[in-house]
Amino acid sequence: MIELNPMIIFVAAIFTNNMIFSNFLGMCSYIAVSKEISTSLGLGEAVTFVLACTSVINYLIYYYILVPLNLEFLRFIIFIVSIAAFVQLLEMILERYLPNLYYALGIFLPLITVNCAILGVSLFMIIRNYTFLQSFAFSIGAGVGWTLAIVALAGIRQRIKLDSVPAGLRGPGIALITTGLMALAFMGFSGIVQIQ
Amino acid sequence: MNSILVSTVIFTMMSAIFALLLTIADRTVNNYGEVKITINDEKELNVKGGSSLLSTLIEEKIFIPSACGGKGTCGYCKVEVQDGGGPILATELPFMSEEDLANHKRLSCQCKLKQDIKIHIPEELFNVREYDAVVENITDLTETIKLLRFRLPEGAEISFKPGQYVQLKAPLYEGNDEEVYRAYSIASSPSNKKFLELVIGYVPQGIATTYVHRHLEIGDPVYINGPFGDFYYQDNDREMVMAATGTGVAPILSLLNYMKENDIKRKARFYFGAKKPEDLFMLDYFKELEETMYDFKFIPSLSRVTEEDNWTGEVGRVDKAINKFLEDGDNKEAYLCGNAPMIDSVVQVLTSKGIPEELIYYDKF
Repeated sequence: MIELNPMIIFVAAIFTNNMIFSNFLGMCSYIAVSKEISTSLGLGEAVTFVLACTSVINYLIYYYILVPLNLEFLRFIIFIVSIAAFVQLLEMILERYLPNLYYALGIFLPLITVNCAILGVSLFMIIRNYTFLQSFAFSIGAGVGWTLAIVALAGIRQRIKLDSVPAGLRGPGIALITTGLMALAFMGFSGIVQIQ
Repeated sequence: MNSILVSTVIFTMMSAIFALLLTIADRTVNNYGEVKITINDEKELNVKGGSSLLSTLIEEKIFIPSACGGKGTCGYCKVEVQDGGGPILATELPFMSEEDLANHKRLSCQCKLKQDIKIHIPEELFNVREYDAVVENITDLTETIKLLRFRLPEGAEISFKPGQYVQLKAPLYEGNDEEVYRAYSIASSPSNKKFLELVIGYVPQGIATTYVHRHLEIGDPVYINGPFGDFYYQDNDREMVMAATGTGVAPILSLLNYMKENDIKRKARFYFGAKKPEDLFMLDYFKELEETMYDFKFIPSLSRVTEEDNWTGEVGRVDKAINKFLEDGDNKEAYLCGNAPMIDSVVQVLTSKGIPEELIYYDKF
């Protein structure tokens, strides 16, 4: 495998391998919290932060505990547990010591525990055999890409709200169609860089 | 074999480490020490900080109405927080009107106790108690509506105003994995302090109504708290216009029972709306009240009658019947209980007849 520059992975994770548009991961909070730009930006920042931290934790757990013991198959369940524990811990710490940040991001944290984009990033970095730096760049890129997607959708949904959408498609229906169109548009980036 | 053992041990160890970390964090980071809650500038409670205002108040036996049990989804547990509640959270905003925001209302289940706090709650809430009651009787009023009679525990009494409601806990049962509280108006008279009667309709897939209709039997224990609500009998001598559909008859029954027992000499008209004859209930009792009460008329009105029903009463929705019989709104007040479309249409008729909106009391469900 050719050694990819972490910067390339970072850019690819935002544009060509966007968590939402190419993997459709983390859809539940993506659809549910994309009604307003400000809240979706808050959620996106929280996702990015949690992604950066959990990918480091999970990288260390995987390569220093699971691999030496030949327990790679446990990664799904261990990653979930470590993500859930980390998010809880983070929520408590933010609430106590950084109340302003807590009021901006903290309330989204419980939503993130079950955001599959977080688990997805941890699993992708293992499957794609990333080094530590590459994993870190990938997780931040994935977070930025996820934020970009949800903020863009929120902007579009704020405008759709004023249009006469057929009754059966209002809300999540039109949001999913919009996401599909956005994903098609993002395919236009695919020539820039390619990661598997 | 070996790998099964190792993986179990490793997974258990890792979970234990995370659990330990979280427990330590909960004891240190999440420890806000003792905080003081000042209620209505007079009552002071010293409690342990760190949990939500709602759960702390419930532990102190002050019951704030809440249907979802503190998950921030029902929006009933609003409390006025005068000081020390921190900024309002995005999770609360969907439930807050501009008036609520101006009055410093918060959802008490989302407001965490971190420092001394000053709150204001209606005096009536101090009167709210919890009861471990027992089902004494279940009567079928119609195919989908039951009248349940609960006996309060030995020595316990409930005092409420006619028209108020209690909350009934639906516990876990097969097919339901969450505990919820649902509000039901009291149908019995307030003079009856040892018993409560509730009228409960069956809603397909309703958590509490399925519990009541499919699982509850005579002799079963139930958990009730109350009374709550600002829909109740107003003491004056205006003529009363009452209207109800379905289980909305419950609070009206309580009002009528109260008036009958105290021999209150007020003119009262009760419009009972239903679709078909079989949806009406307790007709004999209302007829009897017409005889025994001072000046009471009972007017049932059916919206979906066919010729085979041989129905001689009013035809159409309740608002039509009210429009027909109510001459004007002079010196009258109204008590309405039913679903939102029914309340809205009746309010429209009543205001067009000249009853001011502040004299129209209603309980919408």
